[in-house]
Amino acid sequence: MSFHMKNAYARRGIKAAAIPLFALLASVAHADWGGLNMPEGVSILSKSIYGLHMKIFYYCVAIGVVVFGAMIYSLIKFRKSQGAQSDTTLVHSTKVEIIWTVIPILILVAMAIPTARGLIAIEDMDGATLDIKVTGYQWKWEYEYLGHGVSFFSTLARESNAARQLGSGIDPATVPNYLLDVDNPLVIPAGTKIRFLLTAQDVIHAWWVPAFGMKKDAIPGYVSPIWVQVDADKVGTYRGQCAELCGQDHGFMPIVVEVKSPADYDAWLRAKQAEQKVAGESSPTAVAAVASAVNQ
Amino acid sequence: MHMAHEHTASGSHSGAHDDHAHSDDHGDHGPAKGWRRWVYATNHKDIGTMYLIFACVMFFVGGFMAMIIRAELFQPGLQLVEPQFFNSMTTMHALLMIFGAVMPAWTGLANWMIPMQVGAPDMALPRLNNFSFWILPFAFTLLLSTLFVPGGAPAGGWTLYPPLSLQAGDGLPMAIFAIHLMGASSILGSINVVVTIMNMRAPGVGLLNMPLFCWSWLITAYLLIATMPVLAGAVTMLLTDHFFGTSFFSASGGGDPVMFQHIFWFFGHPEVYILILPAFGIISEIVPTFSRKPLFGYDAMVYATAAIAFLSFIVWAHHMFTVNMPLAGQLFFTLSTMLISIPTGVKVFNWTATMWKGSISFEPPMLFALAFLFLFTIGGFSGLMLAIVPADFQYHDTYFVVAHFHYVLVPGAVFAIMAGVYYWLPKWCGKMYDMKLANWHFWLSAIFVNVLFFPQHFLGLAGMPRRIPDYSVQFADWNMVSSVGAFGFGLSQLLLPYIIWKCIKSGSPSTNHVWEGSHGLEWELSSPPPYHSWTEPPSREIIARGVQH
Repeated sequence: MSFHMKNAYARRGIKAAAIPLFALLASVAHADWGGLNMPEGVSILSKSIYGLHMKIFYYCVAIGVVVFGAMIYSLIKFRKSQGAQSDTTLVHSTKVEIIWTVIPILILVAMAIPTARGLIAIEDMDGATLDIKVTGYQWKWEYEYLGHGVSFFSTLARESNAARQLGSGIDPATVPNYLLDVDNPLVIPAGTKIRFLLTAQDVIHAWWVPAFGMKKDAIPGYVSPIWVQVDADKVGTYRGQCAELCGQDHGFMPIVVEVKSPADYDAWLRAKQAEQKVAGESSPTAVAAVASAVNQ
Repeated sequence: MHMAHEHTASGSHSGAHDDHAHSDDHGDHGPAKGWRRWVYATNHKDIGTMYLIFACVMFFVGGFMAMIIRAELFQPGLQLVEPQFFNSMTTMHALLMIFGAVMPAWTGLANWMIPMQVGAPDMALPRLNNFSFWILPFAFTLLLSTLFVPGGAPAGGWTLYPPLSLQAGDGLPMAIFAIHLMGASSILGSINVVVTIMNMRAPGVGLLNMPLFCWSWLITAYLLIATMPVLAGAVTMLLTDHFFGTSFFSASGGGDPVMFQHIFWFFGHPEVYILILPAFGIISEIVPTFSRKPLFGYDAMVYATAAIAFLSFIVWAHHMFTVNMPLAGQLFFTLSTMLISIPTGVKVFNWTATMWKGSISFEPPMLFALAFLFLFTIGGFSGLMLAIVPADFQYHDTYFVVAHFHYVLVPGAVFAIMAGVYYWLPKWCGKMYDMKLANWHFWLSAIFVNVLFFPQHFLGLAGMPRRIPDYSVQFADWNMVSSVGAFGFGLSQLLLPYIIWKCIKSGSPSTNHVWEGSHGLEWELSSPPPYHSWTEPPSREIIARGVQH
C-alpha cells in the first residue's frame, strides 16, 4: 500500500478504537496485505530497491527455515521429558564449524553483488535533465527549479494542521490525506531523469517519498544529490514525509509530489513562471531569501 | 583472609581488608548493619544487588515513558501530549533504557557472578566498585531532573545530533554532564572487570576455560574503555559549541554536522555490542545447563565474540548511510556490516548444536534463553537487511529500524538479563522462586513483545517514519496492535519484582547446584554463597568439576 492510495483501510483503523482486540486483529487479517510490505514504487530505483529488498528477505526466510527448523527439531526431539539422554561428547566438530562459516560467506557474496550493482546505479547522476533544489526548514520544504526561475515553499495543508493540534476534537479520518497533504505540491514530469539537490537551512531533515525509493538527509552546509525517474505511465500524486527528527513539528512537514506528463508539466511550469514574475518583480532567489528571513 | 593466589591484585586492595588479615575464619564475616552496608559497600554482592535494583527502577521509569509514547500513538491525532514532550519521551526512554537499565544490569550481574565464577573472594578494586555504582544515582537524578527545567528534557533523540540537539534549554548541559558521569561510571566498572578477570582467577582457572559470561564481559569491558571517552568527547564538543562559541558541528561557522554523527557512531556501534555481548555470555551458560550438555564449540564462541568486538569498530557509518557518503564509503560499510553476520551466525549455530542431542528441559531461565535465540535471530535478519545500502535508503529512520533494534534489545538483551536473573536468583538468595509465576511472566512477555514489535516492521515498510507523535490514518491498525502489545508487555513486567520479592521472603530452600545440569564454580559455593565468595581458592578437584572443559 502506498501513500497515494486513499483507503477504506484507514477509516477502519479509527473505528477500531472502539472495538476489542480480537475484532481488530480480524480486521487486520482481512486488510490489504500490501500494507505489510515495502511499496514497489514508481521509479526506476524504487523498483530495483524493491527487488533487492525481496531478494534479501527470501534469503533470510530460507536461512530462518533451516536455523529455526534445527532449533525446533532439537526442542521436540531432545526433550528430557521424552527420555532424551544427552550426548556429552558432542562438543566440537571442525568440519561442521567450517561448513557453517563458509556457507554464510557464500550467501553474503551472493547478497553483496546485487547490492554493489544497485548502489552504483543509485550514485549515477548522469543524464539528469532537470535539477530541483530542495531545502528543509523547520518545518517546511522549499523547492527551487534551478534555471527555470520557479521556487516556492510547501507546508502542511491547513485542514491537517487544524486537526493535528492537541485536543482539536477533529477526527483525523475526516481529513483528506491527514498529515500527508500540503498547500503547494512539488510538480515533476514523468519519464524524465531528475536530480534533486538536498540541503537544509537550520537542522538536519530528510527528504523521502517511499514510492520513489530514495531517502537522503538534507544537511545544513551540504548539498546531497539523489536522482528520480518516474515511469512515463505513472502520472499521479505521491506522498512522503520528513524522515530525520528535526524538532517538535518533525511529523508535520509532509512531501507531496504531483507527477505530470511532460506536456502538462511544461504547461504548469510556464504558468508558474508567469505567476512568479507577476508576484515577484525580483528574482526567485531573492523572493526565497526574503521569505526565509521573514520566517525566521 | 587468605590470598593464596599466585597472582592476585592484593597490592591494590589489601588496605581494604587489613582489619581481617589476622582473621582465621576465612573472612566470612557478615555485612555491616543498616545504611552503612549500602553506602559504604565494598562487597561485590552488595554492589551487584544495588546495580540490579537500580537497573530495575530505571527499567520501570523508562518503561513508563514507553507507555506514554505508545498511548499517544494508540490512534491518529494528538490526544495526550504535545509533540515536543513526545520527543523528550523518546529521547529519555532511550537514554534511560540503554544507560540506566541494560548497562547497569550487566554490571550488576558481572559484580555478582565474575568473582564467583573465577574463584575470587571479591572484585579486584572494591572501593572503585563502590564509586562506580554511587555515581549512577546522581547521574540519573540529574538526567531526570531535566524534565522540570525551562526548555524541558532533551528532545533531539538519544543520538543528540546537532544542530537540533543544540536547540535546547537548561536541560542540555545537565544531560551532557549526566552522560559524562555515566561514562565515568562505566569506565571504572570496566576497569574493575578487566583487573578482576586478569588477576583474580584462581590457579587452574585459565583464560580459555573460564565461563563465557566472563569472556563476553572481558571483551565488553574493553569496548567500554575504548568508546566511552569518544562519547564524552562528542558531547563535550556539543557543550562548547553551545556555550563557548566553538563551531565543531556548525556549518555556518565552518564546522561539520556530519562529523558529530561519525564520532557519535564510532562510540555508538560498539555500544550496541556492549549491550548484547554479555547476553551472548549468559545464553552460552544457560543453554548448556538445560540441555545437560557442554557448550558446543567453546573456542569458536570466544573467537566469534572477539571478532564481533573488532568488527564493531569498523561498521559505524552504517547508521548514517543517508548522509551522502562517497560510493566507496558506502560499499565499505555495507560489506563490513554484512561480515558481522558470520561470527554472529557461528554463535547461533553453536547454541543450536549445544541443544542437538541434549536432554532439554524448560525451566524459566531456559525459556527466556530460547526466546532470545528465536527473537534475537529475527533481529539479526532485519539487521542484515538494513546492512544492504540500497534497501536501507527505504528502511532508514522508519519503524522498520525501530522494530529491528527493539528485537535485539528487548527479547535480546532484556530477556537475557531476565534469563540470568532467573538462573542465578536461587543461588543468590538460597531460595527457589515461584516457578509457576515465572512461567507466567515468561509467556506473557514473549507473546506481548511480539505483538508490540512485530507489527512495527510492517509500519516501517509501509512508510511510517520513526520519532513522530502522530501519523497518517493508513498506519492506524498496526499502531493500535503495537500499543496493545506495549501495555500488555509493560504490565507483565510488574511480575518480575513481585516474583523476586516473594522468593526472598518465602521461597523454599534451594540446593547448592540448584539446577540438575548446572556446571561452573559458582554452583560449587553454598546457596546463598558466603559473603566473601571464595575466601580460599577452589581446590583442583572443585575446579576440575566446575570449569568449562
